[in-house]
Amino acid sequence: MRIVVTVNNTEYVRDVEPRLLLVHFLREELGLTGTHWGCDTSNCGVCVVQLDGVPVKSCTVLAVMADGRFVRTIEGLGNGAGLDPVQQGFVECHGLQCGFCTPGMMMTARWLLDQDPDPSDEDIREALSGQLCRCTGYENIVRSIRWAAEHEASS
Amino acid sequence: MKGFGRLPRKEDARFVRGRGTFVDDLRLPGMLHGAVLRSPLAHARIVSIDTSAAEAHPKVRAVLTGHELAERGLAWMPTLSFDRQAVLATDKVRFQGQEVAFVVAEDRYSARDALALIDVEYEPLDPLVDARRALDDGAPLIRDDLKDKRDNHIFDWSAGDEAATDAVFAAADVVVAQDMLYPRVHPAPLETCGVIADLDPVTGKLTVWATSQAPHAHRTIYATVTGIPEHRIRVVSPDIGGGFGNKVPIYPAYVCAVVGSMVTGQPVKWSEDRSENLMTSAFARDYHMHGEIASTSDGKILGLRVRVLADHGAFNCTAQPSKYPAGFFHIVSGSYDIEAAHCAVTGVYTNKAPGGVAYACSFRVAEASYLVERLVDLLARELGADPAQLRLANLLRPEQFPYPSATGWEYDSGDYPAALRLAMDIAGYDKLRAEQARRRADGEYLGIGLSFFTEAVGAGPRKHMDIIGLGMADGAELRVHPTGKAVLRISVQSQGQGHETTFAQIVAHELGIGTDDVDVVHGDTDNTPFGLGTYGSRSTPVSGAAASVAARRVRDKARLIASAMLEVDPDDLEWTPGRWAVRGDPVAGASLAEIAMAAHSSLELPDGLEGQLDASCVYNPPNLTFPYGAYICVVEVDPGTGKVSVRRFVAVDDCGVRINPTIVEGQVHGGLADGIGMALMELMAFDTDGNCLGGSFMDYLLPTAVDCPSWELGETVTPSPHHPLGAKGIGESATVGSPAAVVNAVLDALEPFGVRHADMPLTPAAVWCAIQGRPLRQDLAIE
Repeated sequence: MRIVVTVNNTEYVRDVEPRLLLVHFLREELGLTGTHWGCDTSNCGVCVVQLDGVPVKSCTVLAVMADGRFVRTIEGLGNGAGLDPVQQGFVECHGLQCGFCTPGMMMTARWLLDQDPDPSDEDIREALSGQLCRCTGYENIVRSIRWAAEHEASS
Repeated sequence: MKGFGRLPRKEDARFVRGRGTFVDDLRLPGMLHGAVLRSPLAHARIVSIDTSAAEAHPKVRAVLTGHELAERGLAWMPTLSFDRQAVLATDKVRFQGQEVAFVVAEDRYSARDALALIDVEYEPLDPLVDARRALDDGAPLIRDDLKDKRDNHIFDWSAGDEAATDAVFAAADVVVAQDMLYPRVHPAPLETCGVIADLDPVTGKLTVWATSQAPHAHRTIYATVTGIPEHRIRVVSPDIGGGFGNKVPIYPAYVCAVVGSMVTGQPVKWSEDRSENLMTSAFARDYHMHGEIASTSDGKILGLRVRVLADHGAFNCTAQPSKYPAGFFHIVSGSYDIEAAHCAVTGVYTNKAPGGVAYACSFRVAEASYLVERLVDLLARELGADPAQLRLANLLRPEQFPYPSATGWEYDSGDYPAALRLAMDIAGYDKLRAEQARRRADGEYLGIGLSFFTEAVGAGPRKHMDIIGLGMADGAELRVHPTGKAVLRISVQSQGQGHETTFAQIVAHELGIGTDDVDVVHGDTDNTPFGLGTYGSRSTPVSGAAASVAARRVRDKARLIASAMLEVDPDDLEWTPGRWAVRGDPVAGASLAEIAMAAHSSLELPDGLEGQLDASCVYNPPNLTFPYGAYICVVEVDPGTGKVSVRRFVAVDDCGVRINPTIVEGQVHGGLADGIGMALMELMAFDTDGNCLGGSFMDYLLPTAVDCPSWELGETVTPSPHHPLGAKGIGESATVGSPAAVVNAVLDALEPFGVRHADMPLTPAAVWCAIQGRPLRQDLAIE
């Protein structure tokens, strides 16, 4: 099937199998390997991208479902060399270790802060509750997102 | 920054941009994709395999079965425990999910499609699922592939003085005993395992990109298994998305990918899916333990006696030092001054996935620590003593170090009571007990649980410790380039621990240069010195020591070069960070960068001194290091639903000197979440037919951000006396120490219901059943 998908502000036209998962489309068709593949069952969230601004698990979205829509991946966060405050927060607060869940966590965090510029720690934990991290025990991810909230507010 | 401290990590710049390079991110020209056909049955004889339809698939390039591998002598491979494991099954399948065939196709989806076209006829056999039945007469025989094997027994192993222990028990006022299962769990790194094998048909060089925690050991094994000369094998571990022990072994599909590349002449990638990872790769624990603790009537702990039945699955694939088939489980006397202890472990085969030592257990210190900490709590209840006071009365005292334990260890250093008192202060222990009493009167169930653990990490001294014959020393090579910028090459392999930062800090600390001026190379056997890799919290204790010693050798060499530059005697030079200065002269001296340039120049050097500025070290640790900690967990239990909420978790860790405290704390945070997971939700369960019931993240639960509290950390610092930096290692401390604190807290909350013990995981259903006085599952004890 022919699809037209806008990913990180670039339009792509591709012929794809109807069964192709969005995560594999991004990684293998477009070479955007910052989005990871972790569980196939929507539980781990390492594949989270934004679809029309909303976080989705791209392992359970078909590429054809993204036809005519806007996808934002980790490669589209920040602008060029400059980091988004969420990315900077993860660096400042040791919000990552192996880095595998990190892109998905940051895409959800960006969405959260777009909805609510001053979330409580409980709000942050709730927003992340559909995603897994095996390294950080979540503490420093929460701190990273708070850092981003505080630095967006002051900038 | 020029050394130790809270430095942001060097590796983060790429990860936060999505620019890490994980194995599945790599694409080589002409790369093909592999997929594994796995057994649906736990125990069955293979009658026939028909691959013709799969081979006819237009995108399939090769189909491998055990028969083809047998022709190459590759149907079986050695395990890390001197057993053998089927690469692809030839005779029988021995666990659900075992590898039966391997398809190589032009793309990932076609390879999977072709699996459905392979027709395997099985003759089902009775499965052996319950390890407690493994040695019964008439139990199904699993390993009939082994010559003259007539039972499912793997090993018997023991430590400690049995007669002395029996004598202590015979004379003791109080003996408390308990059966406990530390259930089968899984490390479940978020990146599954994977490999790309590329055998160059022209040069004969095999390059293997793999999710490997131990690239050098893997290279040696590939050489012995395939016959490809070791110098023509290169193993590359790029960024690794968490390991926790899961990525120590070589898995059958890795060998299949190598053969796939031999057969097709093209690179072959295999990426494991989540079900494959959970169902077939290295699990952890599965120890059926019987523990007894003896004390005087006033609470002086005298002895510990332990028997264990260890379920190793269908092949003995555990990764641990050869002399220790039960790992370091014999640290089971824990943190206490115990007169006599004895433990005996029997390993058996079952029709389950192989593995056993994984999930940040420090070679089974996790099981040992859990057992002794549960027994101490049970003893406290028997004596009517406060569990904190009982521990304080029995903990080793600072003046007892170095402490020879009853089971043969020599603990290096510690101030245990100080750590426990600090944890109690942070938690407000006495106030918590008062709150607990008050709320119990209102029918609310608050539980306070403690654990105190002693880790044994940094394996290890070569004369005692090897894995498949490879001694556990690790290397570091340091080169200071002419402009004074340095590259450190290390044999250990980060899976998220931050080696690129910590090891740069070690060199910066020793040489007095900036951490930005040091880059760290790891994870590539062609570009790093030999060593056994990262697991068992051994990177800082072993390779970190090697880096420190190599840097000191560079410093010593720099002194001789500086003496030639400045035309002074080396003894007249003194080291100030980054500079050799002429003693008593405020001006004369040379910076490391000046010395480095001189070392590479035409400067005439003293006799016997070679040019350039580099050094290496293979560090053979004189002993293990013994980090420790005191943990306090506070939970609330809803007796109506059995739901446990973790309200607080206080963790005081002593890992000796902290090179980067931020990284150390991050390691602790992750391990604490592991403890919540194992204590409350993680279970790799099987039904009576041997079907794995934990094959997805819908079935195998892991803790999320809402299951974890905000961790409250404290620290004490007792340097290791034998490590050059005084560091002890931290990677697994919290995973080892935390489950007992959570379980002790839940059972403390359930004390009014008369519940004495309940096995992990304490799911709402398990807790509710415990309150009703009956177990949820047959194999999980409730008393």
